[in-house]
Amino acid sequence: MSLEKFKDRNIGNQNYTLIGHEAFPQTSGEKFERVMKRMLKGELFVGLWVTLRTMFQALFKGEMHTTKYPFEKLPISPRYRAIHEMLRLLESGHYRCIGCGLCEQICISDCIRMDTRYDENQRKEVSEYTINFGRCIFCGYCAEVCPELAIVHGPRYETSSEQRASFSLFEDMLTPIDALKQQKEYPGFGAISPNADENIKKTPLAY
Amino acid sequence: MSNKEITVKIDGKECKSVEGEYILNVARANDIFIPAICYLTRCSPTLACRICLVEADGKRVYACNAKVKDGMEVTVTNEEILQERRAIMEVYDVNHPLQCGVCDQSGECELQNYTLELAVDSQSYAIPDTIRQNKNWSDVLHYDAGLCIVCERCVTVCKDMIGDSAIKTGPRGGEALPKEAKDTMPKDAYAMWNKLQKSIIVPSNGTDFTNCSDCGECTAVCPVGALVSRDFVYKSNAWELKRIPATCAHCSSGCQIYYETKHTSISDPTEKIYRVTNEWNYVSLCGAGRFGYDFENRVQGKDEEAFALALKAFNTAQSIKFNSAITNEEALMLQRLKEKLGVKLINHDAKAFKDFLASYSKASGKGLYGGDLKEVMKSDFVISVGASLRNDNPNARYAFNHVQKMNKGAGLYFHPVGDTLVSTFGKSVEIFTHQVGQEELALYLILDLFANKERLDDETKEYLASFHRHEKRIVKEKIMEEVSQSVTDKATGETKEVIKKVPKTIEKEIEVQINGLVEMLGGNDAFYENFEKMKSKKESFSLIIGEDLYYHPHSRNLSRLVALIEEVCDMTLVMIPPRTNSLGVAMICDLDEEESGYVIGYNEHGHFRLGSRGFSKLDIPALNQQEGTFTNINKRVVPTNAALDYHGYELNDILNALGIGMRQAIDFTPQLGRIEGFKSENFDDLPNGYTNAGEELRGYALEVVETNKEEIKVVKFDESIVINEGEIAYRCNPQRQFNDFTDRSSQINEEFGAYVSPNKAKELGEEIEVIFDQEQSFKLKVIVDDRMQGDIIAIPDYKSYQNVYGVFGRDRYKKVTIKKV
Repeated sequence: MSLEKFKDRNIGNQNYTLIGHEAFPQTSGEKFERVMKRMLKGELFVGLWVTLRTMFQALFKGEMHTTKYPFEKLPISPRYRAIHEMLRLLESGHYRCIGCGLCEQICISDCIRMDTRYDENQRKEVSEYTINFGRCIFCGYCAEVCPELAIVHGPRYETSSEQRASFSLFEDMLTPIDALKQQKEYPGFGAISPNADENIKKTPLAY
Repeated sequence: MSNKEITVKIDGKECKSVEGEYILNVARANDIFIPAICYLTRCSPTLACRICLVEADGKRVYACNAKVKDGMEVTVTNEEILQERRAIMEVYDVNHPLQCGVCDQSGECELQNYTLELAVDSQSYAIPDTIRQNKNWSDVLHYDAGLCIVCERCVTVCKDMIGDSAIKTGPRGGEALPKEAKDTMPKDAYAMWNKLQKSIIVPSNGTDFTNCSDCGECTAVCPVGALVSRDFVYKSNAWELKRIPATCAHCSSGCQIYYETKHTSISDPTEKIYRVTNEWNYVSLCGAGRFGYDFENRVQGKDEEAFALALKAFNTAQSIKFNSAITNEEALMLQRLKEKLGVKLINHDAKAFKDFLASYSKASGKGLYGGDLKEVMKSDFVISVGASLRNDNPNARYAFNHVQKMNKGAGLYFHPVGDTLVSTFGKSVEIFTHQVGQEELALYLILDLFANKERLDDETKEYLASFHRHEKRIVKEKIMEEVSQSVTDKATGETKEVIKKVPKTIEKEIEVQINGLVEMLGGNDAFYENFEKMKSKKESFSLIIGEDLYYHPHSRNLSRLVALIEEVCDMTLVMIPPRTNSLGVAMICDLDEEESGYVIGYNEHGHFRLGSRGFSKLDIPALNQQEGTFTNINKRVVPTNAALDYHGYELNDILNALGIGMRQAIDFTPQLGRIEGFKSENFDDLPNGYTNAGEELRGYALEVVETNKEEIKVVKFDESIVINEGEIAYRCNPQRQFNDFTDRSSQINEEFGAYVSPNKAKELGEEIEVIFDQEQSFKLKVIVDDRMQGDIIAIPDYKSYQNVYGVFGRDRYKKVTIKKV
């Protein structure tokens, strides 16, 4: 198509095809007649029938074409950075966090805080941990810096709640102990690359 | 160490130094970096890490123990040395991973730093690890053996600086090194690994607990996170803490410290002090300084009602009673109050010290004593009179110990209360456990032993000579005598004459010179012989005197004797001020003798109390919430900063209400310049730190002014003041208690009670009532101090509301009656 045709804005002369339709009613008698015709034709029920048929197929024949959103969610990319999750060790069920404080230090919006103490087993225990989600910008640095893959960004993107505090405590983010088996290893931001073994020199061990 | 100036070249840089200095110290002073893990600036080289290997004039030496020579050329790094160092670092990293998530060193780790500095990027050695248990050595010390790299810095500092020698290396029980290692590894790395694999740090008394003064200096010097104070373990990462340079508020040493603060917890955002750290290469703290930091006074806000009452009290008051745990600025404010309101200033600890200083100045012609503790540390013969070294000033004790350990020095310790620790400082330490009141004799003995006799006047010379006498004594001597015996050989039946040497004791009469002074002071017989050995080859002498002399019936005569000794014996003289800022208060305030009328207690007992402890009527900030300066034992005006906020009233507000205040308390700092010796410097211009060469850049040094010297004669010893019978109470604090502030600190748990030697405790039982002659009495728990000896009981004065100073008055020793309860 040459450029001239585009520039030809004389609409009336173009070769449009007109779709045939009935002549417009002219008199009020004709107008009344058309209204009555359309009313009594039953076309509405054709549309309703389509809906009914699809509903029947979806409910009873298992041919559903949409996701049941609040109950069902589409899978989301592991790189998506939503509300944090605290993972547990799969073997012992103990939480992975060692309380090193790196997430607290790296956080650019300064929204992570933790209190730690020396516990009875001579280990560092995280006695208190919070993330202030009013300030968190979900940058993902905390997950990236975590040496234990203990804090990760989960897929939980519905961040509306009556209280921001609803998300922010350690226990809220921690994998529930009965859901330990469903805990998935995090493949996204900050995880070890699949070929990590090839990239490091191993420290010899005398065992 | 001679003071001959020499020049050496380190990595091409010309460095000036003195003969006998170690290469490492010269390099550090000239900003040249030589890696070294185990060396501590003021202590003896340990040679544990071997990483400070350098090449001096083509020979490999260790920079920490090789002394510089004139014209020496030192190469810090070459390829071979670097290989050796890398191997050493690799060995240190065996079984000590560097991605350590939870360590209290948190990035301030020298192991990590040196591993990175030397670019160690792989590990070539391995050995099975041994199980090493975490231990709590005492109330404050926590040892994580798993992190320990056995650099022995803790052992070294405990021996050479602190003097407790409470820890040593012990067996680790690790596996032997791989056989091929010896041939394949660099030599020094192998030797270091061999030692490392065999040892670990343990308490030296053979138990699981250290018996020490809990100073925590070992935790300060630890390059890794192996030694940490128990209170701090896993509490906070170092990088979160804000460091506030300050001066320790507890004793007269005025050590430089850093308060490290952070918010209290997630739910409580108020700042809290988490720990105290120090420049451990240049200053050593005591337990009070390191662990007594949480004595702040938290107030909600300005209590206007109390303030109005306080103003009213100041307007009616006739005396203000205070102690010397205050800043120079506060002292100056109190002095201004005196000038404005005409009140009396009462200060028990500074008054006696001020009088002693005044009388000393008259006799010596100097406004202040001549030396400081730094000079004492450089001397090689140190004498202590009238100070309970362990308790009065920990730094004086460290100096005494340091002289023995580092300068191959000798020491004399005169004190009525026996001390088992001081004698362990060195072989050439003589302890005189004399009777109470014999302090003058002790000073006369020093005169006799050290004075240049030509400079003494005839009277004193005669007096000293009168103590000497010759005595004939029968001495038993062992000699070898030759005895001939006839022996029959059984095999051959021959009889032989055999000459055998048999030891025999004979009695011999000899004439000995006896010094009556030594006898009277309870010195042992061998002293005179030992003393010649002690004194030989010694060049510089120093004298530390303490509180016993200021609180002495004859303190005036003692001060003259001290002045005389300083003059005729060429001694460095240091006086231990009784409390934190007694020297400052003594110089700034005109103090009065007796309190009268309505008394305002400023951190003290009184009708109206202002104080930084909860029970006061008007709260004032504690010393970690105030800016200001202290005058310390080293005659320095040193600044301290506020570590924590304070929202209430302070003394300056009262002065402002009376129309004589300044905008801020530190605006008084330049005003100190009007007092003799002080300078007009703004607070913000005062530095507070050390240079790499260890030079103290803190505040400014007081100027020692010359005064009119009066001809004053010393008086002979008067025997009537000696207390040698009955029970004696001694006003003396336990090791880590100094004042109300230490009392308030949660980690200092020495109780208020009667401190006694183990033997005395058996006699006394669990609780006693000590009755003084004015019918005042204390009911006290008996607490054993296993480093004390003898029958004297020590009663602490750190709790101001117990008014122990008031009970003792102008004495430090009192005759008392003791009742068992």
